Amino acid sequence: MIVVEELYKSFGPKEVLKGVNLEIKKGESMVIIGGSGSGKSVLLKHIIGLLRPDRGRVLIDNVDITGLNERQLYAVRRRFGMLFQGAALFDSLTVWENVAFALLRQKVASPDEARRIASEKLKMVGLKGVEDLMPSELSGGMKKRVGLARAIAHNPEIILYDEPTTGLDPIMADAINELIIQLQQKLNVTSVTITHDMTSAYKIADRIAMLYDGKIIQVGTPEEIKNTDNPVVKQFVTGSSMGPIKIEGVTA
Amino acid sequence: MNPIAELGRLIISFTSELGRVLLLLCTTLKQIFLPPFELKNTFKQMVEIGIKSLPVIFITAVFTGMVLALQSYTGFKRFGAESLVATVVALSMTRELGPVLTGLIVAGRAGAAMAAELGTMRVTEQIDALETLATNPIKYLIVPRFIAGALMLPALAIVTDIIGILGGYVITVGLFGASNVSYWNRTWNFLEMTDILNGLIKACFFGIAISLISCYKGFYTQGGAEGVGKATTGAVVLSSMTILISDYFLSAWLFK
Repeated sequence: MIVVEELYKSFGPKEVLKGVNLEIKKGESMVIIGGSGSGKSVLLKHIIGLLRPDRGRVLIDNVDITGLNERQLYAVRRRFGMLFQGAALFDSLTVWENVAFALLRQKVASPDEARRIASEKLKMVGLKGVEDLMPSELSGGMKKRVGLARAIAHNPEIILYDEPTTGLDPIMADAINELIIQLQQKLNVTSVTITHDMTSAYKIADRIAMLYDGKIIQVGTPEEIKNTDNPVVKQFVTGSSMGPIKIEGVTA
Repeated sequence: MNPIAELGRLIISFTSELGRVLLLLCTTLKQIFLPPFELKNTFKQMVEIGIKSLPVIFITAVFTGMVLALQSYTGFKRFGAESLVATVVALSMTRELGPVLTGLIVAGRAGAAMAAELGTMRVTEQIDALETLATNPIKYLIVPRFIAGALMLPALAIVTDIIGILGGYVITVGLFGASNVSYWNRTWNFLEMTDILNGLIKACFFGIAISLISCYKGFYTQGGAEGVGKATTGAVVLSSMTILISDYFLSAWLFK
C-alpha cells in the first residue's frame, strides 16, 4: 500500500505540491489526472524516491521512504518498475540489454538467463525479434513497449506509468492501455499512472484522483469522476477551456 | 541594477557551483572504492578518451614541435644559439606544451562529448531511469569517466611529448641540416626526469578536472536541447579555463 501524507515540494519560489494526501491500495490501478505543469510527474517521482519532499511523508507498506539512506532506497526501488514518458531507453545499449539492465546489474541472472527473460518480457508486450536492435531503430510506440518490458523485467510489485499514451497515435495508445490492463491482471501489481488522456484514464483506472493547484481535490471511481459536480474536475474531464481553471492568454 | 548586488550574486553563484563540483568529487571518490567495479565501462571510456584522441593529438603534437623548432631556430640564429633548439623543444614539450595541449584537445573532444551525452541522458530521463533500476548513476556514469580521464591524460601527454620532439627533430635536422647526433645529445643532456614526471602530474590533474567538470555540467543539465548545448559549451569553456589557470599555479609549485 502506498500512502502519501501532507506532501509539500517547491522548486525555488514555485510551490508545486501544497499538501498532497493520497492512498493507493494494494493491487489497484490508480490514475492521477491533472493539467500540464500541475505537478503530476513531481508527485510520481516522490513515490519512487527520485525527489525528496520539503515536508510530508511517502509510506510504502508503512515504511517512510523519504528518510531512507541510499542503500535502503535502492532496496525499496527494486519493488518498483517505472515507464517513462519518452521511454528513457539507454541509447548505448541494445533492446535486450535495456530490458535486462537491472537483472544484469544486480547479477541475479547470468547473461544467457537475462537474455531469455528479456525475450520473454518483450513477448509479453507484443514484441518479437527486436532483441538486438538499438533504441534509435525503434518507433515511438515500440520504444514505449520496450520501456514497459524493462519496467517489468525484475517482477516489480508496483508499476508507475508517466503519461503512457502521450505522443502515440490513438490505436497505439489503445494498445498500450490494453497492455497496462493485461499486466495489471496477469502480474497482480499495483499501478500508478499519471495522464491527461481521459480515454486512457477511464479505461485503465480502478480509481481516479485529480491533482489541481498542488492538492488532490477529488478521488473516485471512473463513474464518480465522470458524474462529478466539482466544477474544476468537471471542466478537466470534459475538456473545456471555460470554467474555473484559467489558462493564461485565453479569455473564456 | 545595483553593481554591489550583482557582484554578490556572481560570488554566490560561483561559490555554490564550486561547492557542488567538490561534492560531486567527494561522492565520485567514495564510489570508486565501493563494489561493483565498473571495469567494462571504464575500459570503454579509456578507449573513448585515449585511443580515439590519438589522431588529433598526433597532428597537434607534430605541428607544435615543428613550429617550435622553426621559430626558435630562426630566432636563436640572430645571436648564434641555434644549437639550443633541441633543448628548447624538449623542455617546452615535456614541461608545458605536452600536458596543456593534450588537456585542451581532450577538453574539446572528450569533455564536450561527456557533457553532451550525460546532458542528453538527463533531459531524456535516462538518469532517472538508472535510479529506478536501482543503479547509482554517479557510479555507473561518472566514475568510469573520472578514472579514464585521470589515467589517459598522462598517457596521451607522453605521446604528445614524443611526437613533438620528433617534429622538432624533423625541422632542425631535416630542414635546417643540423647534426643528427647533436640534436639527440642536446635533447637528453638537459632533460631531467622531473621535467617529464611533473608534466605528467599536471596532465593527470587536467584529466581529473576535465572529467569532473564535464560530467558535472552534463549531469545537472536542465532545459531540454538548449540546456544540453549550454552544458556542452560550459564544459569546454570551464575545462579549458581551469587547465590554463591551474597550469600556472601547478607549474609554479612543481618546478620550484
